[in-house]
Amino acid sequence: MTQKLVIIGAGMASGRVIETLVETDSDAYDITLFNAEPRGNYNRIMLSPVLCGEKTYEDIVTHDDDWYAQHGVTCRFGEHVVAIDPELKVVEGQNGHVPYDKLVIATGSAPFIIPVPGKDLPGVITYRDLDDTNAMIDAAGEGKRAVVIGGGLLGLEAAAGLAERGMDVTVVHLMGHLMERQLDEAAGYLLRRDLEKRGITIRTQASTKAIIGDGRAEAVLLEGDETLPADLVVMAVGIRPETRLATDAGLDVARGIEVNAQMQTSDPDVFAVGECVEFDGNLFGLVAPLYDQAKVLAHALLDQADAFVVKDVATKLKVTGCDLFSAGDFAEGEGREDIVLRDPSKGIYKRLVIEEDRLVGAVMYGDTADGNWFFQLIKDGTEIDEMRDTLIFGPAYQGGDTSDPLSAVAALPPEAEICGCNGICKGTITDAIANGATDLAAIKATTKASASCGTCTGLVEQVLQVTLGDAFELPTAQPICTCCDLTHEDVRRLIKSQELKSQDAVWQELGWKTRNGCHVCRPAVNFYLLADWPLEYQDDPQSRFVNERKHANIQKDGTFSVVPRMWGGITNPSELRAIADAADKYNVPTVKVTGGQRIDLLGVRGEDLPAIWADLNKAGLVSGHAYSKGLRTVKTCVGTDHCRFGTQDSTGLGIKLEQALWGSWTPHKVKLGVSGCPRNCAEATCKDIGIICVDSGYQVSVAGAAGMDVKETERLCDVTSEQEAIDVTIAFVQLYRENAKYLDRAYKWVAKVGLDWVQERIADLDERARLIQAFELSQSIYRKDPWAEHVQTKAAQYQPMANLTLEAAE
Amino acid sequence: MNWIDIGHIDDIPLRGARKIKTALGCVALFRTSETEVFAASDTCPHKGGPLSEGIIHGQSITCPLHNWVFDLNTGQANGEDGQIATYPVRIEGDRILIDGAKLVAQSAA
Repeated sequence: MTQKLVIIGAGMASGRVIETLVETDSDAYDITLFNAEPRGNYNRIMLSPVLCGEKTYEDIVTHDDDWYAQHGVTCRFGEHVVAIDPELKVVEGQNGHVPYDKLVIATGSAPFIIPVPGKDLPGVITYRDLDDTNAMIDAAGEGKRAVVIGGGLLGLEAAAGLAERGMDVTVVHLMGHLMERQLDEAAGYLLRRDLEKRGITIRTQASTKAIIGDGRAEAVLLEGDETLPADLVVMAVGIRPETRLATDAGLDVARGIEVNAQMQTSDPDVFAVGECVEFDGNLFGLVAPLYDQAKVLAHALLDQADAFVVKDVATKLKVTGCDLFSAGDFAEGEGREDIVLRDPSKGIYKRLVIEEDRLVGAVMYGDTADGNWFFQLIKDGTEIDEMRDTLIFGPAYQGGDTSDPLSAVAALPPEAEICGCNGICKGTITDAIANGATDLAAIKATTKASASCGTCTGLVEQVLQVTLGDAFELPTAQPICTCCDLTHEDVRRLIKSQELKSQDAVWQELGWKTRNGCHVCRPAVNFYLLADWPLEYQDDPQSRFVNERKHANIQKDGTFSVVPRMWGGITNPSELRAIADAADKYNVPTVKVTGGQRIDLLGVRGEDLPAIWADLNKAGLVSGHAYSKGLRTVKTCVGTDHCRFGTQDSTGLGIKLEQALWGSWTPHKVKLGVSGCPRNCAEATCKDIGIICVDSGYQVSVAGAAGMDVKETERLCDVTSEQEAIDVTIAFVQLYRENAKYLDRAYKWVAKVGLDWVQERIADLDERARLIQAFELSQSIYRKDPWAEHVQTKAAQYQPMANLTLEAAE
Repeated sequence: MNWIDIGHIDDIPLRGARKIKTALGCVALFRTSETEVFAASDTCPHKGGPLSEGIIHGQSITCPLHNWVFDLNTGQANGEDGQIATYPVRIEGDRILIDGAKLVAQSAA
């Protein structure tokens, strides 16, 4: 006997249910289909091509009126269902009741609206259905501005579509990288790069505070009070199952409508399918599992045995030119191993995650041709031990091809600057090679590339190798570490010329072989990035050695030492009292006077650091950076203030220098000395920079050492005024910051580039002014007390996260 | 299994670590990626360095005192004769859970 089946919602899942039903047994049910939208089933996945204009609604209709008529489906489109009465087995629509024998709820999902002021203003649109899409198309227009809130799959498809329609689009994303649920940071970087190339502005770690406008959305206000003007705001932060009817009907609802493996709800005659259901704690948003559910449901309605099982899903982004693939689980869990392949020349990133000889996850960007092969390996749980070494090259590969250490240089465009000193680009060098310059000396002679400071020598040689192939023998250079094939000098140069402004950019464009470097390369890369891009790149504490992360020196027993700054070695009774009080209060076992004219409190517990800093801050004391690759101390003598031999105010100059330089990060530590006369009581001539005051002015010397090596400074220049002495010192520090290899003290760096070259740069007044300006720009970020900052914002991180001693002892 | 909620995932900075106090001594929690956390002994078997103060890279931790590198999956030191205890930990939603039973069982063993 024909039973009555009512279906609420004409989406892709219920559409597939009806198809399967009518194909298998067209007489089993008399079907009534409700849909709140005034139309039947269409392919929602294809809304993006409709938005960007590649397709029309007609192209994406799956079931038209004829189809429904032909299969005897009673359509009640554009009619909302008001309630379900499971006792009487009746569905109440806006235009009347319909009784049912079996009911299917397929209400899908509703967009999540972030609860900010202005969310209901006209001009704020979500992105779920055809009406939303048409509203966006209507609002779009050449030169108009759109802000898309949400950098997930849906948000980015909306952004790309709107950009395609000529809008100026900004994506505001709460997390650190785009599509964080499907992609890792590295793939997120590449996606961002490609979207930015199409003119879409991406703002990550940006939180929306409000949508503002007078009667209509006009701008998005971010936390931090920045406003982004907007003619259109698209809210695409996520979806939640649409469960209201089920909840009102008294069905079991958790996050979604709870169903068993036959898609049956807590009422045996009521079923649910699609994005509105929750099965075994899972929600569903992609189409593949929904089709599986639809098939199982159709079988259940026809009393055929079947059961829904949750499978891994694969994601692809439907944005032309952004080729990405992600499948399985590439983030969580223990006992896992990564295989990473990066090809900067082709913009390719692949990462496979392996667990117990099986592939469990894959992320790919740039070349996703092998995606389905990997996906199959994941789904089948195939043992991959045999092909482990070559797995990442895909099914086509067996033998040959490994990653090319020269690919980063091969990928450089002709206009990429190789020699910073002389402004020589790759193209100039390849031209010179074409004209017969086939070795380093000839390149130097004809182009001047690497003829000045010489730090780009390695890159010039790689350009020779890439251009000439085997005709040029590349001298072996020491890469930074096993994570990459490039030297420190190469990486520094390429960060500048390629304008690499994030760690992920460096990992990808320079072909890193690990996920995020190691304890050797990452601190170096972190420094290079912050030195070259002080405004764009944010210092990453997790890429720093513990001392620089915690702003204190770790001791062998895990306690720390605390050294407040004493400007130029000058202190006063109230500072000394504060230090003495702190030493008492925190039971500091050792108080020592340092060689840099200040006081070291040794043996402070890590948990006490924020408290002792807060106490010292109250007395006006700030961090002495006694732990950093940065400015340590400026040692002074008393100069003309008290000494009968003093020629200038050496203490005053020392204080000014320390106040100008403090807080700056440098390749290695920097110590200064200023002596008031050639008797040199401040021992200035074994410092990184030493100034000797004389009657005629100031002798500025650099590149001294008094550590593993002992070396006297070399004269940089003589100047007549105090201001000039300060300028020359700052310019030298900035030149060192811009050019030296990480962990080379100034004397090692000067030995490599030559004192002559340094002198030339400093003597050039334009260059000196540029260096000073660049240093000041950086200091606008870094000239501040990290102790005060940590007391305010990071104090909790110094405490244990939890104390389980009681629980664990039970 | 006795899963104990020890905090929000964002209590640990990305590629950072925090420690918890347990009856077995300090246990460090390492956040190696957005949604990946490992738990292991905080104490380096070499000279007792606090591993939660080290640099995290990939799924490894480098001890801040003498640069011993440990694989957080196994606790095995890279190229050295040493190993740290690892503990089951999982993420549920935004919360980090550690297996308290394991901490006790290990201490009894």
